[in-house]
Order: sequence, then structure tokens, then C-alpha cells
Amino acid sequence: MKFKNTLNTMKQNWELYVLLAPFLLLFFLLTVLPVLSSAVLSFFNFDMVSLPKFAGLGNYIRMFTEDDIFLTVLKNTIVLAILTGPAGFLLAFVLAWMINELGPFLRTLLSFMFYVPALTGGGLLIWTIAFSGDSYGYVNAVLLSLGIITAPIQWLSNATAIIPIVVAVQLWSSMGVSFLANISSLQNVNPELYEAGAVDGIRNRWQELWYITLPGMKSMLLFSAVMTIASAFSISGIITQLAGYPTVNYAADTIVSYLNDVGSVKYEMGYASALSVILFALMFGARKLFVSLLNKVGE
Amino acid sequence: MAEIKRKKMKVHSQAQVKRYTRSRFGNFFFFFCLFLFGAFSVIPLVYSIVTSFKPLDELLIFPPSLFIVKRPTLENYLILPSLIESLEVPFSIYAFNSLFVTTVGTVLHVLASASAAFVLSKSKIKYKNIIFMVVQLSLLFNAYTLMIPRYLIYSGMGIIDTLWAYILPAIPSSMGVFLMKQYMDGYVPDALIEAAKIDGAGWIRTFWTIIFPCVKPCLLTLTLFSFRDMWSLVPQGTIFSETLKTLPMVMSTVVSGGLARSGAAMANSVLMMIPPIIVYFISQGSLKESMSSAGIKG
Repeated sequence: MKFKNTLNTMKQNWELYVLLAPFLLLFFLLTVLPVLSSAVLSFFNFDMVSLPKFAGLGNYIRMFTEDDIFLTVLKNTIVLAILTGPAGFLLAFVLAWMINELGPFLRTLLSFMFYVPALTGGGLLIWTIAFSGDSYGYVNAVLLSLGIITAPIQWLSNATAIIPIVVAVQLWSSMGVSFLANISSLQNVNPELYEAGAVDGIRNRWQELWYITLPGMKSMLLFSAVMTIASAFSISGIITQLAGYPTVNYAADTIVSYLNDVGSVKYEMGYASALSVILFALMFGARKLFVSLLNKVGE
Repeated sequence: MAEIKRKKMKVHSQAQVKRYTRSRFGNFFFFFCLFLFGAFSVIPLVYSIVTSFKPLDELLIFPPSLFIVKRPTLENYLILPSLIESLEVPFSIYAFNSLFVTTVGTVLHVLASASAAFVLSKSKIKYKNIIFMVVQLSLLFNAYTLMIPRYLIYSGMGIIDTLWAYILPAIPSSMGVFLMKQYMDGYVPDALIEAAKIDGAGWIRTFWTIIFPCVKPCLLTLTLFSFRDMWSLVPQGTIFSETLKTLPMVMSTVVSGGLARSGAAMANSVLMMIPPIIVYFISQGSLKESMSSAGIKG
């Protein structure tokens, strides 16, 4: 009987299934299945030549007890995520919010300018030249001519300088997806709300932001946050392009750059999978933290 | 009496919006910050364009001058046709593949994302919250370790070394559904759907005639992302036939060849940036217009 009822509602809603099916089928095949099999693989040793061998929790135990590199890259990943995540999220929002005040022409032009690093992707070359370790690198040349330093600094092979540089470059190139999503949703906040707010005693743009704009775009802020978390915990291309892999004493390498190396150079796919499961757990925690913060907005 | 009072209030409030929430100093300060950040952001684009006009001897100067070309030349651009001519497969095939893959992939991705997001946002279908949570969390899983299982599935589907190897993987990208769903949650009132239902419209018709026009700003933004990604997509190990390759794949080999070709390489990368930039201005330019025509305020 119950089964019949379910069948009936399914018949009534067949159009919903038609709308959902193309995405859902492909999503299941090309994302859910691979993620599950990768998670399962994290309990095996797999060198991509012979069959996977069951290892239980071996990969995870090895990670935390034997692998010093892992502990370093874990620390770097968290540090870089803390330094770039919240700042990147705020920057993507604040810039979109500021741009929203402008007329259509300036808005399109400026948002294009911010979007350029994400659009072109190949802009990293310029940073490599700027931070080049000899006296020809732009940063060194400027500091030398101002007399601030007397000898050129090896920026990219300097363990203390590399992290700030990576943070700067990451923030600079992060005005992509969440930035433009913020713009499209800011323009949707009902203007009558602002008028009503002014009557209700909102006195400046900060109050307006906190009481009207932010609560009005909560759903988009969650999107923006998840995308920012995903990229803040996965910085790796920038580091490798700037300073190579591995960086000096693994000073700036992250879990992602490490697991790429473990997978494609050392052929330990089981271990690489275990690394990406741990990375997932980190991002999951960060997302949870953000959601609990988001619930406080506008109070 | 009440009517007049309300009118007065309205006039009063508009004046207040101008006077109290926006100070002139604040406006100036905002614009200054924006401009600074903007100038900083366009450096790589300017650098690429400037470098593409440099003659060989200026390319070899180190450190390269950022914004100055002493003797600008078009030779980096003019050499491209002759490099292309030496290809075994006609250039038009690569160009066609690129355009085909990018357009079809983008259209299908946007359609599939919007329709799935509509169901997840506005229907009461069973398990929709679980499905949506899985979509969201899948964004947090690193793609690298998915390569092998994905490859096995592609070969099971028989799409290795066909144009589908570009298109099919792009369709179910979770970001699109996530973006569209959040947008519909925030800015498409449920009342619209109710009204359509009372008028007797089915889900598909409601989606197509009411929701689709409503979410145009978001569709345009998603189109832009998808176009950029598809245009520069270089598949890893799924395309082998020369006749199935796209522009980014072939052009990177055409202009490779050390320092002598670095000018041509830069000219190529400038040319390759043009289509995404055009799409950017078309989509963002029509944002404003679609906002006022959609009529979903309130």
C-alpha cells in the first residue's frame, strides 16, 4: 500500500524527475562514484600496477605517526587557509559591495578589472619576475634603490617570505566565482528595503550593510563561503609555479601539492586518497564553522 | 489624510537615503580603494598585451620592462598564420572543435544546472536535502584522486577519444547547481510558483516560462564561468586523435620552441583571451537590463 502511494506521487511529479535526471545521473556517475571509490581506496595500498591491497587504517596511521612531511604540509595548509580564506571571502564581498554603488558603466569596467587575474590565469609569470631573487627582480630593485636592503633577497627560496607572497598572490587572483556571484545577487536586494530602513532609523552605510544587505543575501554568502573554503584549502598551483616543488624544507607546500606528488611521482594512490579524505574533513569542519557564524548575521 | 502622510514619508525617506547613508568623503574613499585594487589586477593583462608587441631583442632584456615597448611590432602576430599552416590537420578543425565543445558544453551545463537547481529549490521532492548536501560537499573533495575512477567510468561509457569527453564531464559540475539553487532560494519567491500552479502550469512549463527568465542574471554569470573553463579546457589523457583536439591544446605546441617563439606565444595567449572577454562584456552588460525586466523584486 505504501509502495503504491509512493508510486502515485512519483507519477504526479514525473516532470520533476525529468528536470532533475540529466544532472543527477551524470553527477552520480562522474562525481559520487569516483568520490566513494577514492574514499574506499584510502583503506588500501595501490601502486596503479598491481591490484589494491587492503591496509585497514594503515594509511591514516602512517600519516600521523611516521610522515613528517605530512605534518608540515598539514600545518601549511591550515595556515594558508586561515590567512587567505576569511580575507578572500571578505574581499570578494566588500569589492562587490563597493562596486554595486557605482553606475553601470564603471561597475562593468571595474568588475572586469578585478576579474582579469581569474580570467587570464597565466598572470603568475609577472610575480615570478617581481620576486626574482637577483637584483633585477622588481621588488629587490626597488628596495635596493631606496636603500632599505643592501643585498638582494632570495624571496622565493626564503622560508619566511614565501608564505606571505603566496597569500598575496592567492588573494590577488581570487576575485572569480564568488566575486561575480556576489555582484549578481547584490543587485537583487530590494531597493524598497533600503528606503524602509532609512525610515526605521538606519543612519549610515555600515548599519545598512549589517541589517539589510547581508541578511538579504545569506543564501549567496553560503555559496561564496563554500567556494572560498574549497580554494583556500587547495592552494597548490600558485606555489609550484612560483617556487617549484618541493619548496625549501616544504616551507609552503600544502596537502594538495603533496598528494599530487605522492600520486603521480611515487604512485601511492591509496595514500594520496587518504590525504584527500583528511583534506575533505578539514574543509568540512571549516564549512560547519562558517554556517554557525552565518546564522548570527543581522542579529 | 493617511495617504498624504505616507507620501510625505516616502519623499522624506528618499532624501534620507541620500543624506545619511552616503557621505561624500566615503564615496571618494571607496572609489580610490577600488581603483587601486583594479589597477593592480590588470597588470598581467597589460603585461601580456605589451609583451606581445615586443620585437625579439626587447623580449630578451632582463628584467623585462613592464609597460614599455621601444619599437612595437606586429611580427609576433603575423608569424602565427605561417606556424598554423604547417599543421597536418587544417586549423579550421581545431577552431570548430573549440567552438563546438565550448558552446554545447556551456549550454548543456547551464540548462542541466538550472533545471536541477529548480527542483532542489522549489519542489518538495523526497531526499532533496540529502541530494543537495551531497552536491555541496562534493565541491570539497580534491579532484586529483578522482582521476583514475573517472577514467574507468569514461571508458565504460565509451566516450574516450570523442568530443563527448570534453562535454559530458562538464555537465554535472556541482558548482553550477549550487550557485543556481542559492540564487533561487534567495530571489525567486515561492509565490511565483504557486501562482503558476493555480494557472495549471506543469513543473516543466513553470520552469521554462517563469523561472528561467527570472534567474537570467545568475544564468549569465554561470554562462561566463562555464565558457571560460570550457574554452581553456585541456583534457588529461582522454583525447588522442589530432582531429579531436581544440585550440588550447594545439596552440600550446605550435608556439612552443624556446625563446625564439616566446613573442608568438604571448601573441597567441592574447588572442585566446579575446573570446572569454567578449562573453564577459556581453553577459555582464546585459545584467542590468535583465534585472529590470525580470520583475522579481519584492
